[in-house]
Amino acid sequence: SPPSAPVPRHRIPQIPLNPARASRASPAMAAAILRRLSPAAAQRAPPRLLPPTLARGVSDSTEPLTVETSVPFTSHIVDPPSRDVSTTPRELAAAFRDMALMRRAEIAADSLYKAKLIRGFCHLYDGQEAVAVGMEAAITRRDAIITAYRDHCLYLARGGDLVAAFAELMGRVDGCSRGKGGSMHFYKKDANFYGGHGIVGAQVPLGCGLAFAQRYRKEGTVTFDLYGDGAANQGQLFEALNMAALWKLPVILVCENNHYGMGTAEWKASKSPAYYKRGDYVPGLKVDGMDFLAVKQACKFAKEHVLENGPIILEMDTYRYHGHSMSDPGSTYRTRDEIAGIRQERDPIERVRKLLLTHDLATAQELKDMEKEIRKEVDTAIAKAKESPMPDTSELFKNVYVNDCGLESFGVDRKVVRTVLP
Amino acid sequence: LPASELTKYCLTFLGHEVLMFEALREAMIEEMTLDPTVCMIGEDVGDYGGSYKVSKGLSEMFGDLRVLDTPIAENSFTGMGIGAAMKGLRPVVEGMNMGFLLLAYNQISNNCGMLPYTSGGQFKIPIVIRGPGGVGRQLGAEHSQRLESYFQSIPGIQMVACSTPYNAKGLLKAAIRSDNPVVLFEHVLLYNLKEKIPDEEYICCLEEAEMVRPGSQLTILTYSRMRYHVMQAVKTLVNKGYDPEVIDIRSLKPFDLHTIGNSIKKTHRVLIVEECMRTGGIGASLRSAIIDNFWDELDARPVCLSSQDVPTPYAATLEDATVVQPAQIVAAVEEICQS
Repeated sequence: SPPSAPVPRHRIPQIPLNPARASRASPAMAAAILRRLSPAAAQRAPPRLLPPTLARGVSDSTEPLTVETSVPFTSHIVDPPSRDVSTTPRELAAAFRDMALMRRAEIAADSLYKAKLIRGFCHLYDGQEAVAVGMEAAITRRDAIITAYRDHCLYLARGGDLVAAFAELMGRVDGCSRGKGGSMHFYKKDANFYGGHGIVGAQVPLGCGLAFAQRYRKEGTVTFDLYGDGAANQGQLFEALNMAALWKLPVILVCENNHYGMGTAEWKASKSPAYYKRGDYVPGLKVDGMDFLAVKQACKFAKEHVLENGPIILEMDTYRYHGHSMSDPGSTYRTRDEIAGIRQERDPIERVRKLLLTHDLATAQELKDMEKEIRKEVDTAIAKAKESPMPDTSELFKNVYVNDCGLESFGVDRKVVRTVLP
Repeated sequence: LPASELTKYCLTFLGHEVLMFEALREAMIEEMTLDPTVCMIGEDVGDYGGSYKVSKGLSEMFGDLRVLDTPIAENSFTGMGIGAAMKGLRPVVEGMNMGFLLLAYNQISNNCGMLPYTSGGQFKIPIVIRGPGGVGRQLGAEHSQRLESYFQSIPGIQMVACSTPYNAKGLLKAAIRSDNPVVLFEHVLLYNLKEKIPDEEYICCLEEAEMVRPGSQLTILTYSRMRYHVMQAVKTLVNKGYDPEVIDIRSLKPFDLHTIGNSIKKTHRVLIVEECMRTGGIGASLRSAIIDNFWDELDARPVCLSSQDVPTPYAATLEDATVVQPAQIVAAVEEICQS
């Protein structure tokens, strides 16, 4: 039963709490908050259901808040957006939660890979979370995103199910591609997430095609076409960029520059590592990709720009803590000091944590508790994914073709012989 | 009467005469009028009207976003077509020559063929990739490529080859309406073939073969330009007293083993005549499929006449020696029937 006397609070609620959010506060979190706020309350057993005002925790306000980005934007033939980014406590808290979830999911994938539950190639995104989350904060689900093989977190950012993600990684039938795609082939059509591509750079023309369809149908939406610093040297990128500029396609080419193309540092592969300038006649913007707010501002700016003017290149200066993939230790071509240094100074989650703490939107304990909850959520998802079965052999021939002819087998002898599997 | 015979009978009195490229053009116009998501992407398809005039006048009719002139970037504009197909359009990508589409092989194989599968059925790629190929008149090695074999193994695509204005129009319409990616092989030397085609709308089945000449003694399987070499040889053979059955297989992937099988059950002998490369070509796969499925019906070894495994030479005599000639077909038929 709720306590009768009002407890002292260090924050006066400005607006009523969103009930949906209140239900996410766990009893453990509520108890911790109570203990902090009132020693007397701590003597009582934690109530099962707290009234919304006491289950508050992390700030949920939508009052605007202006924060400066870590560094100003550098631009090429366009005026850069302002360094001052408007955000809200709710947005920052959500960004923290989403990035922490992604980080935890990628670390869990690392363990699953080492336990041989995930096989083949597994490219992890930890360190680069701000790009995925910042982009989502600036756009709608009607805008399209396409990326290469480092796609787990983009899938989650687009509303992908955690269980489906882990099931796909483990090759189970409840995976987002029914276990037939694997780590490099995550897609979510209803959220306009077009994957998930293994061949470096091949997704760039596909993304321009998505933008072509958006322009053809006058949808008023844009496509974010992601690639890496390694793919930036692919010829098809320049071919696609030329066509996008010619026809003013609403495509934003986002170079996630993590400075290494597998084992090759960018200075060894690119004569001009200023990827945002490589568009020549196409404007470009260089963004600190480890700063959630800078990414959000740049993506918002880019979306408005391309709907009027045609393509733009965004270079996200980011970093991956893991190696290129799980087969790469990541330390033969860079020093551990470099990795540790970036983790210390530029980690995207720590940056948002600092913002939440300095603006007094949450306490350190609340954020730690949130991370604990996330860890549990990820562990539960993995356990559920492990229960999913492997695909049945009948799945082998499904979806090779769209079954618009009612045909069943898929070799040359499709009409007469039904293929019998060995 | 079998359907093909009935059609030929009707065509004598009704319909209008067209050249093959005009038939393809009619198909494009009809489909683009019916469905606003059908668009055309290729080099010089817009203002220039297409290098073989297949899209002449289309950009005036439909605008230059629907008939898109691209720069010379096959890999990227094919990729763009595939991306547009993922998002719900139905593009028709024209390769000025099939040989140029080798540059787009990665997009065709990895993205076009594989996306429905690797996405667990979320996406369909209703794209048509078409263009002329085959050996022409002294066009040189790089412009005289026979690439059916190169695309044959890609899982997820369908391949068809047209040979007459009638089936060109019907197959292109069917390919555009199909939700699967279809590669339509045309032939450089067949664009000026004249034939009367029906006035009313019709579609050919993508997976069906065409009976060209019913017979009883042996089955000749062919497609594209070699159909005409075969028919020329058949004139000689009929005069010599043979009775071959000629089937234009049309569907290169998958094969219409229903029609082919029924024919082999009747004649027990088979000759494949193709312009594709000998090594790993369509004929090689077809021969395997026939042996696997109809071994008990065969009275003689299935023979495959294909073009030679050489780059097409420029000199006229050498070029003629590269492809199968009617005289070779006659000799092969005589040998099979004697064995």
